[in-house]
Amino acid sequence: MTAVASDKQAVATPIFRARVLPAIILAAFALLPPLAMALDDSFLVFFAIRVMIFAIAAVSLALILGFGAMVSFGHAAYIGLGAYCVGILAENGIWEFYISLPVTLLVCGLFAAVTGAISLKTRGVYFIMITLAFGQMAFFTATSLSAYGGDDGLTIWGRTEVFGSSVLSDRTTFYYVVLAFLAGAWWLCATLVNSRFGRVLQGARQSEMRLQAIGIEPYTYRLVAFVIAGMLAGISGALLANAAEFVSPAYMTWHRSGDLIFMVVLGGLGSFAGAVLGATGYLVLEEVLSHVTEHWRLIFGPFLILVVLFARGGLMGLIPGGKRHE
Amino acid sequence: MKKLLTAAVTAAALGLSGMSAQAESLKIGFLATLSGPPAALGEHMRDGFLLGVKEAGGKLGGLDTEVVIVDDELKPDVARTKVQGLLERDNVDILAGVVFSNVMMAIYKPVIESETILISGNAGPSPIAGKACSPYFFSTSWQNDQNHEVMGEYAKEQGYGRVILMAPNYQAGKDSIAGFKRHYDGEVVDEIYTKLGQLDFSAEIARIADAKPDAIFTFMPGGMGVNLVKQYAQAGLKDTIPFLSAFTVDETTLPATQDQAVGLKSGSQWASTLDNAANKHFVEAFEKEYGYAPSLYASQGYDAARLIDGALKKAGGKDKEALMAALAEAPFDSVRGDFKFNTNHFPIQDFYVVEGAKRDDGKYVVNVVEKVFDDQGDAYAADCPM
Amino acid sequence: MTLLAVQTLNGLQLGILLFLIAAGLTLVFGVMDFINLAHGVQYMLGAYLAVAGYGLTGSFWLAMLLALAGSLIIGLILEMLVFRHLYDRSHLDQVLATFGVILFLNEGVKVIWGSSPLTLPVPEILSGSIPISDGLLYPVFRIALIVSGLAVAALLYVLVSWTRVGMLVRAGATNAQMVSALGVNIRRLFMFVFGFGAMLAGFAGIMAAPILAVEPGMGDNLLILAFVVIVIGGIGSIRGAFMAALIVGLVDTIGRSLATDIARLLFPPAAANDVGPAVASMLIYILMAAVLFFRPSGLFPARAG
Repeated sequence: MTAVASDKQAVATPIFRARVLPAIILAAFALLPPLAMALDDSFLVFFAIRVMIFAIAAVSLALILGFGAMVSFGHAAYIGLGAYCVGILAENGIWEFYISLPVTLLVCGLFAAVTGAISLKTRGVYFIMITLAFGQMAFFTATSLSAYGGDDGLTIWGRTEVFGSSVLSDRTTFYYVVLAFLAGAWWLCATLVNSRFGRVLQGARQSEMRLQAIGIEPYTYRLVAFVIAGMLAGISGALLANAAEFVSPAYMTWHRSGDLIFMVVLGGLGSFAGAVLGATGYLVLEEVLSHVTEHWRLIFGPFLILVVLFARGGLMGLIPGGKRHE
Repeated sequence: MKKLLTAAVTAAALGLSGMSAQAESLKIGFLATLSGPPAALGEHMRDGFLLGVKEAGGKLGGLDTEVVIVDDELKPDVARTKVQGLLERDNVDILAGVVFSNVMMAIYKPVIESETILISGNAGPSPIAGKACSPYFFSTSWQNDQNHEVMGEYAKEQGYGRVILMAPNYQAGKDSIAGFKRHYDGEVVDEIYTKLGQLDFSAEIARIADAKPDAIFTFMPGGMGVNLVKQYAQAGLKDTIPFLSAFTVDETTLPATQDQAVGLKSGSQWASTLDNAANKHFVEAFEKEYGYAPSLYASQGYDAARLIDGALKKAGGKDKEALMAALAEAPFDSVRGDFKFNTNHFPIQDFYVVEGAKRDDGKYVVNVVEKVFDDQGDAYAADCPM
Repeated sequence: MTLLAVQTLNGLQLGILLFLIAAGLTLVFGVMDFINLAHGVQYMLGAYLAVAGYGLTGSFWLAMLLALAGSLIIGLILEMLVFRHLYDRSHLDQVLATFGVILFLNEGVKVIWGSSPLTLPVPEILSGSIPISDGLLYPVFRIALIVSGLAVAALLYVLVSWTRVGMLVRAGATNAQMVSALGVNIRRLFMFVFGFGAMLAGFAGIMAAPILAVEPGMGDNLLILAFVVIVIGGIGSIRGAFMAALIVGLVDTIGRSLATDIARLLFPPAAANDVGPAVASMLIYILMAAVLFFRPSGLFPARAG
């Protein structure tokens, strides 16, 4: 390839990655309910809600994993915490979103602040394992909550209300609410990354010493990012509780934390569009393959290996102009 | 990505074509845990159900029957999504199966609210038997507490004055211990709650040997039970402290525990040696079809298919009102003998103590020791407003 | 023997089993900087191959030989097909690809052997037991397990500290490029280390098969425990893995036997039955978090930095 061509791509790429691709993806999600109606397939909407909820969690993980090199292996704990906030409040007769949303943010933010403050003292694999440890503690706490069903989980006999009205019970309305949260989380994370805060975060990934030399302590920046990611994942958990109308410790197993990491890596590190595509690809593939054969993992396993070996940069690397050039 | 979307759209289109099925056919969604370590239970239940369908010539109640089998992966939210697909995309007439209570609790509300008939082949959590019972729900198994109650009653009858109870630390484990204590009136020396998925039980076994109870009662499903039974026998306690259990010694675990589980007692509503014509036929046909010995889970799956077959015949078609009325009368010969539905649509049936045994052909099965309860209903039926 | 002494013995024995699994993991991790999540399924394969070998030969010892050979061959095939291409990749890529291996092999085992648990009988010569307290027997096989764990620890110590291969392994771990520049075939060295790690995992599976259920996915939870062990011990350190395995085994076993009793002193009985077992389940994770809080690179860091 000539120098001119690669220059051109380098110019076109950031705009495509930052503006065009997100617009395409969000528009596709926005157009899905009418399409599903045309196809007379209401399940498609239900399934896409699940995809978007996991996409929110994946975006939040991509913030710390892709831009701060913090591989959290306990991220599912926040999904569970968010879900339990909604479930436990509902069980006690509190359905209003203006209570349950702040409570979710507060609980998840606190948990992230405390565990993050400890975890961020470690690096690399040690960080992976200490976040796993905190995730496991949350999981075992939830299984022993016998007042709220313990391992059997907790059925939520309704949906979160908005000023007394149960508009969220309508599937299409709920769909667009989830989409709005996804767009909001995506926008927030993208804005953060492009701000001074984000540059410090990414700078710390490359050279911590250089930052410390100019008087910036990366620890604080990491912790703030970790807390924000935890709160966003908590929102996805609150939405999941509403979508499934059920809360269970199974939401926070380490397998689920692993799934989230795979979604982000599958999509392509260092890109929120990648996280959304990764979550979508992972869940769609799982759904489609499980209809093909009971032993779908025999196909899915090698697929993961092939993606790693041959599609560097994940799904984003397969999209023309989607690859990041560093 | 394009390919994935095409695949998704194709799947959607397939779903659409499924909806235009003719009225005289029957579509059943069958949800079972078919992956991970507990997959054996789901496979037994599924194989039993499919045997029942096959014996009806693929036509339950004379209707062309299609069974859509779905793996819930033992993840409640995955189960919920897949069930929604069965309800909306496959438009199933009946949903059957479900091994685990947490999966049942996750799917119960949407299934009932869609007014679809739900037939449990295994899970029987207490809310469904009591306050949250529904006319759309039927069980061909038991309420969760019952097989544990059997052992509590048996321990009382045997005069075991001091027992240790042991179960994994999760809801089903706590329910199991509560169930045992419902009829037991002796002294509970200790309640031990173990880790879910625990591998090594030597600490608990040492504690049991130290306390020297008259018997222990335990609920250790799946691989945990295999580990416990092996280690209990290896520690020499099998012959000194009687081992009472539920869902621990059955045909799903006996291939792994073999002689170490022979003689260990368990509570059950079924055993392969139950003496009735339906059961003899079932055990023989099942082993011929699949080459392994059926367990209680298989018998429950088989009964579910036979129940649907009988009710459809009685109702003369799949009109929902008529079918539900027919189902409630349980018009079939259960492999467990006596079977009728309680007000909460859980069975009223007999319960037995069974024990692990080696058959003449070398296969390991459970045999009946004695009948403990006759025509027994569950403790929650009174709370059911139906 | 008093109950506490018996529980200590049980704890050490669980620790030894954990060490058998963790040893190969930490070796591969330390030398090759390679996170092999598939170590758990290699352990599972060892157990299944032993069961299959026993079915063919009817002898535990022949089954063990076959399973060890099988573990080595499968390990080397995996190395050539997958792992070799991941050595210079990021940890995340390694995690993703080896997770793919887990999915494939867990499902493959289920397709071949079914999902019902299987068993391997204890060999005749080790089937006896020794009374250690009133009414409680200690199986000889468990003593064999402890002895073999200690033997593996000793073998690794000698190999790594005193042999030429061990020297290369240590050097390769510190600076692979330099060793390679000195004319050592680093690729062959890695293959050797990996094959050895695979055999260690297989051996752990064989030794676990007579006391644990042999079932698909049996390695998944143990893999997490093994990671806990090597992280507490300090990644790459055999000595650290050994010490950490014993500590984890002891803490877990003693915690399990005491947590509920302690909780009963502090809480009403119903709450104690909730709190005690929950804390017992979390104990090793609390331990790990505490160790990493004070020693962010584990108890025995193998490398500086």
